[in-house]
Amino acid sequence: MSKQLILALSKGRILEETLPLLADAGITPAEDLSKSRKLLFDTNLPDVKLVIIRATDVPTYVQLGAADVGIAGKDVLLEHGAEGLYEPLDLEIARCKLMTAGVTGQLPARARRRVATKFVNVARRYYAEQGIQAEVIKLYGAMELAPLMNLADEIVDIVDTGNTLRANGMEPRELIAHISTRLVVNKAAMTMKHERIKPLLARLDSAVKKRQAQLAE
Amino acid sequence: MTIADRWLLPDGMDEVLPPQASRMEELRRALLDLYHCWGYDQVMPPPVEFLDSLLTGTGTDLDLQTFKLTDQLTGRMMGASADVTPQVARMDAHSLKRQGPVRLCYCTNVLRAKADQHQGGRSPVQVGAELFGHAGLEADSEIIHLALASMKAAGAQEIHLALGHIGIYRSLVEAAALSDEQESALFEALALKSPTQLAQLVDASVSDPALADMLLALGELHGGADILSQARERFAGAPASVTAALDQLDALYQGVLARFDVSLYFDLAELRGYQYHTGMMFAAYVPGYGHALAKGGRYDDTGRAFGRARPATGFSMDLKQLASLALAAPSRGSIWAPAQQDESLNAAIVALREQGERVIQALPGQRTGPAEHECDRRLELINGRWQPTALTQETSAS
Repeated sequence: MSKQLILALSKGRILEETLPLLADAGITPAEDLSKSRKLLFDTNLPDVKLVIIRATDVPTYVQLGAADVGIAGKDVLLEHGAEGLYEPLDLEIARCKLMTAGVTGQLPARARRRVATKFVNVARRYYAEQGIQAEVIKLYGAMELAPLMNLADEIVDIVDTGNTLRANGMEPRELIAHISTRLVVNKAAMTMKHERIKPLLARLDSAVKKRQAQLAE
Repeated sequence: MTIADRWLLPDGMDEVLPPQASRMEELRRALLDLYHCWGYDQVMPPPVEFLDSLLTGTGTDLDLQTFKLTDQLTGRMMGASADVTPQVARMDAHSLKRQGPVRLCYCTNVLRAKADQHQGGRSPVQVGAELFGHAGLEADSEIIHLALASMKAAGAQEIHLALGHIGIYRSLVEAAALSDEQESALFEALALKSPTQLAQLVDASVSDPALADMLLALGELHGGADILSQARERFAGAPASVTAALDQLDALYQGVLARFDVSLYFDLAELRGYQYHTGMMFAAYVPGYGHALAKGGRYDDTGRAFGRARPATGFSMDLKQLASLALAAPSRGSIWAPAQQDESLNAAIVALREQGERVIQALPGQRTGPAEHECDRRLELINGRWQPTALTQETSAS
């Protein structure tokens, strides 16, 4: 049990882009992930297992030591907090921006700004840093709707191309952070399994560099 | 409140049931006996103190962890102890005022306002030892060895010891003369072990190339025993205090290696407890736990706030976590005595209890039998004498 290495991967788009990097670093799932409803997978290496979970759960699994290594977006990590985690590698995939946005041309006037977001902690911290008193409303999806329905003055959300925003008559405003997918490691796992984890990090790092070089061509 | 939630306990407050409670008590006694044998005197800090004394020189983390209440006698704010270490430091600096080295140990319930997922709840039982009045390596070494001996006593196997030294980071940051903002950004990057973030920061804020290289090295220098030799190469031009810190770590490492069978891990960028640590730091891990079971290090300045700065080094653990490491070795079962009022039976029970046996006497009309009460023997009248006899399957059912 102790010598096993558990990797927690984020479901969805991040997973699709992570698997080629893992394959390059020598780890492939033993079966086709997309054809299975399982959550725990064996790999080609007997002592490495993969768990496929919601992105927002990845930091929790790694922080509490249920998984040794995790792969999650910086947005999720910012929201969750970094206690007990190392973040030694930027996989440079699923790049986007965490931004504030609002209805085009309609700057928020009221002193107390209502902000709809699923990144509650990030939003609170950001507006406090800007000296703006904000009332944060937690939503789980379709942030763009909130200002249109007068539920909020602004939203804090991931912006990729900005098309969804524009389609709903909104504009991106301030940049909060550049987002990309990061690899996180549990502190205790790094202490006890560094002989396994550090070579994995080095292989993944060169896989990332190789991919960057290919993209640049 | 409905009947359904009358049993509900607050988040992170747990009750300890048998057999875990007796396991904890056994371990508590074993640890305090161990510390006694090593020359440590036990102290019992108060559960509640005025905030001024409780939080002096400890930083904001502890402040957030402290339950607060008002003293209705004086109108002053009080806090429930969330960490015994500063209290013990005060006892050494102010209450004891002994000359020379002072060795103290403790085992106390503490309360935490915030449930810390790593530390298992808001009501841990903190157990540990502190050595005051000696600034040398020998004191640090004794504390590390005692912490490892404590873990062994708790039945820990496959211990992984992580060693670090806050002096390395402090010296390099001092040499780099960073602004407060730059330093806190650097701190964050190192705490995350994020080489990209670290490289950006160092590029932007450190002009001396040799120093920049050393700060970058700090982010990479973690791993097995070869880290120390790598560090000596990369910190060749560093301030003398860095070399001294590496010498200390090397000596501590050799000392541990000679006496304990543990895996060593070095992390020269370990920044835990930056607010109060002043020298070496260590943490002990065991597979299956996603956090350290014992943490310790040197904190030389804490006593200053109480009028006497004293060199100090120590460690602490959570007894609840520690007791979960191994189940108690099955102690001998109890002896079942029948529910008779009989002088000779009473005498036999008294005699057995005096020998340290656990005798459970049935109560009249009792429906449960010896099996339900974990008895492996029962008292029977054989040839006119009450004697414990082993229980067989059929007799225990009766």
